[in-house]
Amino acid sequence: MKMPFQFTRRGIGSAPKLSYQLRVVAGNSFRFLPVQKLSFLTSSIGRKWIVAITGILLIGFVAIHLLGNLSIFLGPEIMNAYAARLHQLGILLWIARVGLLVVAGLHVFFTIALWRENHQASPQKYAVKKSLETTLYARSMRLSGLVVLGFVLFHLAQFTWKWVTPEYKEWIDSLGQHDVYRMLVAAFGNPWVTGFYLLSVAFLAMHLSHGIGSLFQTLGLTNKKLRPRFEYAGLIVAWAFFLGYASIPTAVFLKLLPH
Amino acid sequence: MNFHLRIWRQADPEASGFFQEIEACDIPAEASFLEMLDIVNNRLIEEKKIPVAFDSDCREGICGTCSMVINGVPQGPGRGAACQVYMRSFKNGDSITIEPFRVKAFPIIKDLIVKRAAYDRIIQAGGFITEHTGGAPDAATTLISKKIADQAMDAAACIGCGACAAACPNSSAMLFVGAKVTHLSLMPQGQPERRERALAMVDAMDEEGFGNCSNYYACEAVCPASISASVIATLNREYVRATVIP
Repeated sequence: MKMPFQFTRRGIGSAPKLSYQLRVVAGNSFRFLPVQKLSFLTSSIGRKWIVAITGILLIGFVAIHLLGNLSIFLGPEIMNAYAARLHQLGILLWIARVGLLVVAGLHVFFTIALWRENHQASPQKYAVKKSLETTLYARSMRLSGLVVLGFVLFHLAQFTWKWVTPEYKEWIDSLGQHDVYRMLVAAFGNPWVTGFYLLSVAFLAMHLSHGIGSLFQTLGLTNKKLRPRFEYAGLIVAWAFFLGYASIPTAVFLKLLPH
Repeated sequence: MNFHLRIWRQADPEASGFFQEIEACDIPAEASFLEMLDIVNNRLIEEKKIPVAFDSDCREGICGTCSMVINGVPQGPGRGAACQVYMRSFKNGDSITIEPFRVKAFPIIKDLIVKRAAYDRIIQAGGFITEHTGGAPDAATTLISKKIADQAMDAAACIGCGACAAACPNSSAMLFVGAKVTHLSLMPQGQPERRERALAMVDAMDEEGFGNCSNYYACEAVCPASISASVIATLNREYVRATVIP
């Protein structure tokens, strides 16, 4: 069968090669002919889905981690027991840790890949800049994300690896468990540490202020009516996380802990 | 009315452009924005200078040809295309900066004119139905609920002017592609190629070098056809549906 004409498309950059050819077959009928399976992971939307789904998993971690940390208000025994129980999980804990690392890695990797393309797609900016409808939270996603990443590394170095204050390793409570409570009270007694933590969780809340509402749009779960509601709910959840996380260093610093 | 214009001048696609300061004096308040440019151009021609090249066709907001960015807003202030902006919406003595769309996939041809063939190629990749529908069918032969018909009509209002990509900080074409995919995926006529359309149009969009959507919604804010960014959610859904369902 002769093709009177056909469109073929050439791939540019890292984009996948031609996936579908539009052909006019036998003069008057068009068909899409699949030539090569489109790669989900190189497409614009596919990668955004990965960012959204890893985002959900990271929000899940943020929520669980907050619940665990709030145990500080229940006193040193319960907090230290919680930490000890968490470490007794053994292999499960390591699966969770490696999983989190992979999830966070994918979230950052795909974000950088998308950002690079966005940067290339709009090389020249306007002389007159207007932030049309775009929120401050949305515009500062990269900055807030980087601050949160830096904070997480510091947080791990301080309380997990104990590089900042190596003595923390030797602090044991009366039950022979690692004295997490004492470690936190000591760390947040320092106004600089407390200030840095408050600032960092504020950046986390900013990141989530755009992220939570936005992921519903990316996953295609919104419509005209639902979108503002998801965004509003996202804002509330994000700043609820801020209040929850900010309460811990603040309570320690102001000596408001009940025990 | 008098205006102080700063207009982007670029002789050809390769030339490096610059802003030219032009005084637009004695402009009638009832003049449209493009008529103001016509007056300015006539004076430039009388002075044996090269007039400002800009695109226009219908001048009533239907065709979307008049692509330009007025004071940082693609298609100018207010809802509608640049041709629907009137000089009375500015103050006497205002400074007005006029730039072309800054989208890599829309290369500048001259001054304010950009080549928007990238959108045409995305349409060629799947923004149509191949079934020959013949003449106008009898009413009510294909029943479509009012709700669906309204949603499809809202999406079909897209005139493909490119303001969405121009407004987007990422130069993403998602509002345009979303509008086309939403329109056709809602209609019974669009069903046979629903899956291939979503895949092929997104593929074409990516290949043209448009950016990715960051849910900024600047597109929605400037769209002269008032397309809602909910069409982007629909596109996200349709694309993954097409990928997951064989």
